[in-house]
Amino acid sequence: MPAVQVRGEVLSVKQTGAYLAMTLVASGIAEQTRPGQFVALAVSGDDGSMLLRRAFSIHQVASRGVYGGTIEFIFSVSGKGTAWLAGRHPHDPVDVVGPLGRPFALPKDPANCVLVGGGYGAAPLFMLADALRKRGCRVDFVLGAANADRLFGALDAKRMAATVAFTTDDGSYGEEGRVSDVLPGVIDRVRADVVYACGPMAMLEAVYAVSAEAYGGAGIPTQVAVEESMACGIGVCMTCVLPVIGDDGQTRMVRSCVEGPVFAGDRIRWDALGTVPADTVGAIAAGATTAAR
Amino acid sequence: MPDVVLRTTGADSPDVEVDMSTTLGSLDVPDPVFTASGCAAAGLELAPFNDLTAIGGVVTKSIQLAARSGRPTPRMAETPSGMLNSIGLQGPGIDVFLDRDRPWLEEQGVRAVVSIAGGSVDEFAKLAGKLRGQPVALIEVNISCPNVEDRGQVFACDPNAAAAVIQAVRRTAPSQVPVFAKLSPDVTDIVSIARACVGAGADGLSLINTTLGMVIDPETMRPTLAGVTGGLSGPAIRPLALRCVWQVHAALPDTPLMGIGGIRSGTDALEFILAGASAVQVGTVIFNDPSAPTRISHELRAALAARGIARLRDVIGLAHRPPQLRVPETPDPPGDEPVIPDTAVVDRSGHVVTFEDAP
Ligand SMILES: Cc1cc2nc3c(=O)[nH]c(=O)nc-3n(C[C@H](O)[C@H](O)[C@H](O)COP(=O)(O)OP(=O)(O)OC[C@H]3O[C@@H](n4cnc5c(N)ncnc54)[C@H](O)[C@@H]3O)c2cc1C
Ligand SMILES: Cc1cc2nc3c(=O)[nH]c(=O)nc-3n(C[C@H](O)[C@H](O)[C@H](O)COP(=O)(O)O)c2cc1C
Ligand code: FES
Repeated sequence: MPAVQVRGEVLSVKQTGAYLAMTLVASGIAEQTRPGQFVALAVSGDDGSMLLRRAFSIHQVASRGVYGGTIEFIFSVSGKGTAWLAGRHPHDPVDVVGPLGRPFALPKDPANCVLVGGGYGAAPLFMLADALRKRGCRVDFVLGAANADRLFGALDAKRMAATVAFTTDDGSYGEEGRVSDVLPGVIDRVRADVVYACGPMAMLEAVYAVSAEAYGGAGIPTQVAVEESMACGIGVCMTCVLPVIGDDGQTRMVRSCVEGPVFAGDRIRWDALGTVPADTVGAIAAGATTAAR
Repeated sequence: MPDVVLRTTGADSPDVEVDMSTTLGSLDVPDPVFTASGCAAAGLELAPFNDLTAIGGVVTKSIQLAARSGRPTPRMAETPSGMLNSIGLQGPGIDVFLDRDRPWLEEQGVRAVVSIAGGSVDEFAKLAGKLRGQPVALIEVNISCPNVEDRGQVFACDPNAAAAVIQAVRRTAPSQVPVFAKLSPDVTDIVSIARACVGAGADGLSLINTTLGMVIDPETMRPTLAGVTGGLSGPAIRPLALRCVWQVHAALPDTPLMGIGGIRSGTDALEFILAGASAVQVGTVIFNDPSAPTRISHELRAALAARGIARLRDVIGLAHRPPQLRVPETPDPPGDEPVIPDTAVVDRSGHVVTFEDAP
């Protein structure tokens, strides 16, 4: 089933640490959602002045119950659109498109999985942990944030995972430092087979670098969910691209909303984010006019 | 069809059946709403949200001869009721399009308007030639491209360069397929560019492409877009687009026009039709509402029905009629009742004015 567009209804907006958790009644999305997928919300109303959709990872879904399907996502107010969302009340309508994007790939056989989340980037990892545990995988968490308030899902992580390591930039909870500081130790200790990560791009890059060097340089596979600026979320605008290496070894500017947001870490040209590397298929030679609209 | 959720569709007036068909050169279509180039890819991604066979058609992202990677990110910035984009015409090139996307459009029965973009007259001509023998409903020529043979001067800003492209495309394009030139509003006199294109053989015109703008990030104190400037689109440019359609229709009343720019509702579309557009395209608003093409088509039908208008064709350019034209408020004097067609308007002196053809 493809993504659907539904007129959702706000069920609740609750504060959770530094974030807000919004639950929407949105039939047709919950049933289909797989871990790592996202929704794209219209903000500012049908005649509003903010036209572009806002993307949020799906944190939880409930496909049965009194309300039919509900979806929950975690967000922080970072601009006008998220401020508008924060001002919604129960029963307010919100137009939702979803579920969107490629989900996390799950291992065929039971494996030891380390799930790394940064800030609200932890949100999609709990559905993933559920799915992995159902397949007999071991799940360990590494959660990091700027401070204790911005750590999301500490309790759930403790409940679901074999072990949880916490880091904060200011040392207000867990170890002082970054997730990538503790990740090498966790990989060795739990004999990790695969690392899953969601969070800011700089964190994903550091997690990928650590995983690629694991076990004395042998490396282990990573699945990372990226966050690129998006306008539509459905693959028609071409704004959300990043340089990704394809099966044929060639780099292309790939839409992260339809071919991502989850990518294998070794496919992303980390050194070239925000640029079009010269060896990209169709790259324009330096100096050529590129002003086509 | 999967769930298509239509917002605020106006109540259909049950007693008026509206004929939504329209004509673009030699092409007749049952509905006047198209998707705009660069806002619908090649249709596939919009199929879950629209019955693409029910609308006028899909205008593809502008297609070039070779693959193009486009520009670095950030490629967009939201602006009040609009956005800036500097995608840089990313696409796989015409051969991949013909192999992969065009067959899908044909299987689905979607009318395909192929938008082409080149860096030289010769490239445009080659692109048009590649469309021979292909099931293409219409060719839209995106001349808002820099001419690599003229220091990057944009074709659409120079009547001679624009005419040279259109003439070359008309010569190599399949003869039965209408060729439309898509104009840029970033010119001092859009009518002179329009005349040059029609003089060179364009069967119609698409108005308008984006207008150049920019945003500076107050935090970094640098331009927000990697490409510095970008094309402004969305409802923010609607009055500008409407003015262009109005001026060109006034000067070239027999040339079919596609109206484009910030169309968000059926009444927005109606404004463009009244200004002289035979059809409309929906662009940026698709990002806000992926089912917008279907919704706008329904809303336009309802808006016409609510006004007692039975045929879309009857109101193309209707806003150009002189202001004194009104249906008299006093009842007709007794005597032989004149037979007045549905679509007629009676002016003060009692003359019946019909709008079978655009006035
Ligand atoms: C796949 C994906 C999942 C995401 N999941 C979450 C989540 O679970 N919780 C959360 O708080 N945020 C999440 N984000 C980021 C969220 O989309 C942005 O914070 C939000 O769009 C900002 O909107 P704004 O109106 O407040 O900011 P503005 O800066 O006013 O937004 C302007 C425009 O830029 C886009 N934009 C700005 N920042 C971002 C960004 N970081 N990522 C993508 N688009 C952006 C917006 O969509 C909008 O089109 C996710 C982004 C992506 C791509
Ligand atoms: C992201 C984006 C990409 C676009 N790409 C193209 C393109 O490839 N070719 C073209 O002729 N116009 C392109 N346009 C312009 C639109 O087709 C349209 O003319 C313009 O955006 C005004 O209409 P709107 O306000 O409804 O979007 C693009 C617009 C946007 C927003
Ligand atoms: S967000 Fe529009 S193509 Fe990805």
